[in-house]
Amino acid sequence: MASMKLYCKDLWRYRYLLQNLISRDFKLKYRRSVLGVAWSVLNPLMMCLVMWAVFSSIFNTRGDGIENFAVFLLIGQLLFNFFRESTTMAMESVLKNAPLLRKVYIPKYIFPLEKCCFGLVNCLFSFVALVLVMIFTGTGVEWTFILFVYPIITLFFFSLGVGLILATTYVFFRDVMHMWEVFCTALMYGSAIFYDPAQMGIWMQRIIRLNPLYWYITAFRSCVLWGQGLSPTMLAVCGGWALVMLAAGLWIFKKSQDRFVLYM
Amino acid sequence: MPAMIEVDGVSMRFNLSKERHESFKEYFLALARGRLQFDEFYALKNVSLTVQPGDFYGLVGLNGSGKSTLLKVISGVYKPSAGKVTVRGAIAPLIELGAGFDMDLTARENIYLNGTVLGFTPKYIDSKFDEIVEFSELKDFLDVPLKNYSSGMVARIAFAIATITKPDILIADEILSVGDFLFQKKCEERMQHLLSGGTTVILVSHSIEQIERMCNKVAWLDHGVIRMDGPVEEVCAAYKEFNKE
Repeated sequence: MASMKLYCKDLWRYRYLLQNLISRDFKLKYRRSVLGVAWSVLNPLMMCLVMWAVFSSIFNTRGDGIENFAVFLLIGQLLFNFFRESTTMAMESVLKNAPLLRKVYIPKYIFPLEKCCFGLVNCLFSFVALVLVMIFTGTGVEWTFILFVYPIITLFFFSLGVGLILATTYVFFRDVMHMWEVFCTALMYGSAIFYDPAQMGIWMQRIIRLNPLYWYITAFRSCVLWGQGLSPTMLAVCGGWALVMLAAGLWIFKKSQDRFVLYM
Repeated sequence: MPAMIEVDGVSMRFNLSKERHESFKEYFLALARGRLQFDEFYALKNVSLTVQPGDFYGLVGLNGSGKSTLLKVISGVYKPSAGKVTVRGAIAPLIELGAGFDMDLTARENIYLNGTVLGFTPKYIDSKFDEIVEFSELKDFLDVPLKNYSSGMVARIAFAIATITKPDILIADEILSVGDFLFQKKCEERMQHLLSGGTTVILVSHSIEQIERMCNKVAWLDHGVIRMDGPVEEVCAAYKEFNKE
């Protein structure tokens, strides 16, 4: 508990660094592009258009039974991208900042944390695209949409936990990057982004329910798209996964961080 | 008065694995063959020294004698394999200038980024911004990305940022070798000024003249062991004598 307190104190002291690193990433991402920040909105919008065209006309198998397929698809897409981006960036973050970590003392967890925050900022920007699509498709909104905050925040902590574990293993073994890429692709097909698991067989549904990403996406849809709010199961599963992953991530990271410098 | 820095029996061990195992396959192959052996290498062996408040402490020694490792242990970058380091006060590390600079950002942006790396608040940097710019003499290049700077220009900015505050301890690792002689002189003056304000300074330099001119105490490192430490005249004389042979 005492070390937890120290963690927080350290974080408070370095909060401006965190802020500056995020703004650096943001500046560098859009420097020298004509449309600049507009890409944060345009990119998911155009991706959604492509996906929507593919799944509703070429592979016209799954999109049929789903009401308001465009919004359904975009939500899945945005949330999954948030997870994939922040975990992948967090994985590389510690090693990428090796020159700095070898010279100055900074708490090392600040880099995975920063990448997850950056992912979150990007994700929030891309919600503008979601709003646009919802207006365009005439999607009605219930008051429950405010609850979308819950799946987003829990997903953030879940990603942070995963990111910390990945960053730790990546310092010691570079294979992790390739494995994670493949794993993410597999995970994507199992996250019910462009289909409804109800259309699948029973055993397939069971597997999908083991996937935490499926729960975050479904909880988000339930709040924003279906106007049903959060069921107790959703509350428990989203929060539970986040807590477990965050605790595991912090523990593993803390245990190995003193050896990082020797492997960078 | 308690010592500013106490280094007590510190050893720093590195595992120089003959081949580094950076992928699972290599690692497990080596493990299966029973070849997961490391060459142990001690960069520091049972080093103890005490730095008193107000000391201008010099470290001398040949390349690879452990000077930089010792500085990194003191500033908390490395955790020693054995022994204990106690530091009383805030450290401003000047270990290889420009750590924490992003070459794609402009000088202005880097001043803020690097300042926060060192733990300053943006407000504080705001208030000292003009002073930094003036000291580094790079007013006309503030909005140029750092990758277009020369190494001397980068060093100026870095030194200016690191010394805007009055740190309790300033750690300087061969930073003065970059930059022209005018700037070197300016840096020395700045360090003397900090010293008179109560800052404790640890300086690593290959220029024995500089050490003799500025320090009051010196430690001589040789292959990770302290060979001699004490007042500047004695140690420097012995060091010069030794290297003549």
